[in-house]
Formats: sequence, C-alpha cells, structure tokens
Amino acid sequence: MTKVKSLADLRKMKEEMANKVQLREKGDHPDQLVQVKVSMATCGIASGAKEVMNHLIDQLDQQAIEAVVTQTGCMGYCYAEPTIEVTLPNSSPVVFGYVDTKKASEIISRYIIRGELVDGIIPVNYETVNEKKKD
Amino acid sequence: MAKYKNHVLVCGGTGCRASQGEEIVYNLNRVIEENGLEQEVQVVRTGCFGFCEKGPVVKMVPDNTFYVQVSPDDAEEIVKEHLVKGRQVERLLYTDPETKKHVSESKNMGFYKKQIRIALRNCGFINPENIDEYIARDGYASLGMAITEMKPEEVIRIIIDSGLRGRGGGGFPTGLKWDITRKVESDQKYVVCNADEGDPGAFMDRSILEGDPHSVLEAMAINGYCTGANQGLIYIRAEYPLAISRLKIAIQQAREYGLLGKDIFGTGFDFDVELRYGAGAFVCGEETSLIHSMEGLRGEPTVKPPFPSESGYKGKPTNVNNVETYANIPVILMKGAKWFSSIGTEKSKGTKVFALAGKVNNVGLIEVPMGTTLREVIFDIGGGIKDGKKFKAVQTGGPSGGCLTEKHLDIPIDYDNLIASGSMMGSGGMIVMDEDDCMVSMAKFYLDFTVEESCGKCAPCRIGNKRLYEMLHKITEGKGTEEDLSNLRNLSNVIKDTSLCGLGQTSPNPVLSTMENFWDEYMAHVKEDKCPAGQCKSLMQYIISEEKCVGCTLCSRVCPVDAITGDKKAPHVINPTTCIKCGACFEKCKFGAISIQ
Repeated sequence: MTKVKSLADLRKMKEEMANKVQLREKGDHPDQLVQVKVSMATCGIASGAKEVMNHLIDQLDQQAIEAVVTQTGCMGYCYAEPTIEVTLPNSSPVVFGYVDTKKASEIISRYIIRGELVDGIIPVNYETVNEKKKD
Repeated sequence: MAKYKNHVLVCGGTGCRASQGEEIVYNLNRVIEENGLEQEVQVVRTGCFGFCEKGPVVKMVPDNTFYVQVSPDDAEEIVKEHLVKGRQVERLLYTDPETKKHVSESKNMGFYKKQIRIALRNCGFINPENIDEYIARDGYASLGMAITEMKPEEVIRIIIDSGLRGRGGGGFPTGLKWDITRKVESDQKYVVCNADEGDPGAFMDRSILEGDPHSVLEAMAINGYCTGANQGLIYIRAEYPLAISRLKIAIQQAREYGLLGKDIFGTGFDFDVELRYGAGAFVCGEETSLIHSMEGLRGEPTVKPPFPSESGYKGKPTNVNNVETYANIPVILMKGAKWFSSIGTEKSKGTKVFALAGKVNNVGLIEVPMGTTLREVIFDIGGGIKDGKKFKAVQTGGPSGGCLTEKHLDIPIDYDNLIASGSMMGSGGMIVMDEDDCMVSMAKFYLDFTVEESCGKCAPCRIGNKRLYEMLHKITEGKGTEEDLSNLRNLSNVIKDTSLCGLGQTSPNPVLSTMENFWDEYMAHVKEDKCPAGQCKSLMQYIISEEKCVGCTLCSRVCPVDAITGDKKAPHVINPTTCIKCGACFEKCKFGAISIQ
C-alpha cells in the first residue's frame, strides 16, 4: 500500500481515483454534458449495440469528452439498429441509425466535437406524451 | 482495471440493511454475474440516502434512476430490464403522492428538492468502506492543505468566519472553541468526537459515521493540528455496531495511507484516532460526563468551569465537538468561509441535519439550510401528515426541547428562533404529532425517559423529575387536580434553575412547553376527566349505541375479558369496570355501533 507523503501525492491519487466516482458525479448534472443514449432492446443488442456502447464509452473517455452514456429501451427504429440518440448541451436530441463502431467514431469526431451533421440521421417523427400535453 | 459503465448504489444504512439491504446486494451481484455484466456494472454499498420511509433504496447511475422499497427478489428484474435492456422498472419508481405519477430522478422528488447536503454530502454517494472513493471526492485534501500550507491560526480564522456553531445542540461557535483550546498551554491535548447520540428519534450522527466516516476523521486531524493535539478519541455508543465497524475500517485505511499516524504529509505532524465505547447513557452526551466515562469513571457531570477546553480528559485541554460539526469542517476549508456563511440565517450559518420521525409521510434524514421553515420541512420535504390527519405539534430537541405548534410553522428554523419559541435545536430530532396524540402523554413519555436517564447526582433532577412524572401519570389517569397543574409548573421551574448539568436544566421543557401551548388539554384532563385526543386509556370509555347494535354477538366473542354481555339480536352492553380498553370490539364491529367517549 502506497503511503501519502505529501499534498502532491494526495492530489495525484485523487486524479487516479477520480474515475471511481466520476460516473456518479456526472449523473448529478447530465444536462450540462453530452448525453448519449444507446437503444439496447433485443433488436439493438442483436445488431451489436453493446459493442457500440463500449466503443463510445472508451472513445469519449480517451478523448476526455465529458459525457454520459446510458442504455435505453427500443426507440422503434428496428430497421436501422443499432441506433443512438445524442444530446449536446442546450440543443435538441439527434438520432443516428446504423451505428457501428466506425460510424460511432465519426459521430464523435464530427458531430459531438465539431457540431457538424453526419449521414444517417433519423428525423424524429413522433412526439412524446409529455410534449403533447404542453400544446 | 475494469471500466464500469453503470454503478448500482444500494443504501447500506442501518435502516435499509434491516430491510434486507444485504440480500439485495448479494442478489444483484449474483444476477449481474449470471448475465456476464460483472466487468461493466459495479454494485456499491453506500451510506444513508435519507429517504428511510421508502427504503431499501437503490439508485442507478449514471441515469440517476431512483428505485424505492426494493426487495431482494427485485434484483433479477432490475438487472435484466434496467441494465440489460435499458428499460426502467416502473413499479419500483417513487410515486409522487400528489400527481400520482412515477418520478424516476431523485432531484425531482419533493423530498430532495429543498435539501442542501453539506454534512451528508457523501452519504449515499460513496462506499464508506473505501477510502479511495473518499479521496476521489477531495477527501483529506483539506487536511493536506491545512497542515502543509496554513498556520493553525489561519485555519481557525476560517472556521470562525464561517459562523459554524456546534451541531450537538448548544450552538457554541466552533472556531472559538478551537481557539480557546489552542491557547491553553499543555504538554498533551486531546481531540474528542462526541458520537453519543441519545435523543429518542435522532440518528443523524449515526448516519454520518456509517455513510462517511472519513470526513469525521479528517476533521479531527485538522482540529488536532489547530489545537496542538495529537490524539483523537471518538466516544461512540456500543449500540451503534455498524458505525463502529465502519469507523474501524476507516481508521485502518487512513493509517495504511499514512493519513493518520506519524509524520502526516511529511510535515512531522502526528495524529491518531482511537475509539471509546459508551454504554448508552443519555447523560454521557454532556461533555463533562462523556469525559469522565472515557476516563473509566462514572458518567456523571461536573461543574463548568473548568471547561474541557482548559481541563478535560485526564485533566488535559480537550476539544469536544459533535459528529455533524466535524463533518462540516473539510467542506468549509475546501470552499471557504464566505461560501459557508452565505447559506443560512444571520446568526446561524450553513445547514442542519434533521431526523424526521413520527406521524409524517416521509420519515427520514434530511439536511436543509438554516432558516428553512417548519412548514417546508414537514409538508414539502416530509410530505405532510400520515393518513391525511391534522398536524398538531412537532417536538424538536428531543427530551430537552419543547413542542412547537401550528403558530410556529412559519418561523425560520435556527438556534435563536427555536429558543425564542420555547424549544431548542438539540441534535436535530424532529418528532411530528397529529391530532390523535395526547400532549400530556407526550410530556409523560419524555419524563419517563429523563427519569431513567438521570444520573442521580443532584437532587432536583433525581427526585424532581420523578415527582413530575408521577404528577403527569396522575393526570393521565384522570385523578389530577388543578393544584397538580400549578405544582407541575413550580417544580419544573425549580428543577430548571437548580440542576447541575444540561440534562436536568432542560428535562422539564416538554412539560412547560406543552402546558404553554396546550393548556386546554391539561384542563380537560383535570376538570372534565377527558382526553381530547382519545389516547389516555383511563379516561376513555367504549360505549355501544343501542340503536345501531344489531346484536350480532361478535364483540362479546372477541372481548378478552368478557366485559360485553347481551342476548342474540338484542343490543349489547359494555361493563366499564371490567373493560380493559383494548379496542378489540371497536375494530371488529361492522355496524359502527361502538364509539369512544
């Protein structure tokens, strides 16, 4: 067991330990971060959504992008699985279809980092119960 | 190292553990393994989430879904639905009592909306048995900063400027206490943590120690550096086994990391902490009694001065602070005095943790800024009174405090306002009472407690409280007179004025405050032989209405003492001399023919 011999030691240790609670801290204020939802129903999983999700988590982490990646239920675009929904801070969610790991990397480098739209966007063609009520 | 993409936080407080929290953790881990997710999902036992009413609580991260009243059998569904398929398990979500809608995120729940968590910052967030998680949350950084970059006076100045006052109930300015201990010269000084939480219904100190033990250890070390002590002692009651075991683990881990022990942070500063167990005597929460108990003597108070800061444990200068007070210290140093003093009221800064109990919908542990009103605490956070009954009173400050009524609901809670209203902050127990609670019986309950807990050293407390109890008992039996009421008041004042320690000086408070606020209720007991709340059994009478009774004989069959007689299909009668008022007939009658008078 390493001993903490100075304040610098402790700070270094904190950096190393940060990932232990990062996930929980991010969960406290997801609206200020990039939120990625991966559709993980049977159809999604069968088309490789799990690999895509792991890839997204790894890539976002490596590039030090503050993001929350969660799985969600079926989005209904079973023909275009795996599908992911990306919400940048202060903007509306955008859904991408046919996302494999390659496409995921492209979404990170072009949409998440630079805000450019990439091919494969599925136009949202429904409104949720909550939105309906507001009218 | 495995990279977890989900954390499942399971409440590991005493309450939730008692409701099979451990089995939930076991089952979750089992099902997670069966589904091959052990590299992706981490199950973490945390401290108390505070929402004890709906425990056991399980929180899913990072999507922050909050599941309530989870049973071990639900583990399978949580894993297969939530973790594998990403679908929330709706039936386990909290249902908002007003809108009847499911609320999935805790921050949208009325219970959490008005809370600010400083002392409880890590409770329900980190694993209390893992020092790494504490360090990841800036743990021990305040200690490091203080002892490597600051002078003791500078640290104390921050604590004084923050306006932090003792959270054990007295409300003495913490920084000032530290400064007094610092200024006394001695070859040996001690830092003591008072974890002898004794108020019935208060459990905030236990929850902090169970949920975030390192914050207390860190603050004690900071205190040691400021006052010149190198030995810390935690006086904790033996009835808190979980808190004790987590403290032991925490002390062990801190020593392994060199954060306790010799030459901390390479500065030459030594500090270590040991535990001392109390046998669970209320009087030992009083600091002189506590110190005597630690010395192996009888837990009896002695006259102050000398204050422990001058002559305490083994005659040496000793700084005694409460658990919650310590839990605030690392945050104050990290965020600054200004930040802390911006929260709260003019004379009471920061937040206070309350243990909400009694007839309130959301029983639990809450932390609110000073200055929050009782109405906000009881109705917004507490969710109002159980079963739609009417609010009657709330007892704050435990057996030393008083009751507050409807007219006090909008007073901002702080040390001074509570005293001005005839109660006190105490350690933060809040027991809510509804229309069915008899205030004379309530006062009697607390007196019963103080009679038990009086150490017996001084006569006013030893004999006086016993006499108070006897008078209250007489009144609840319907045998009291108006003279008893004036004796009750006189004796209460004498006990207050002549007792040696805080226990005796405050023990008549429940009597005085209920007499002040509910005089009519006392009079009804004495003059009309009636208990308006219907709680005093001796003053109650069960009566069968002749018109409503159909003579089904059900009541006479359930009566355990054969007090009910009557022929089939003819009205029955209760014999009041044999009736023991158990209420069995009342509950069984299908025709509403039995009433209480």
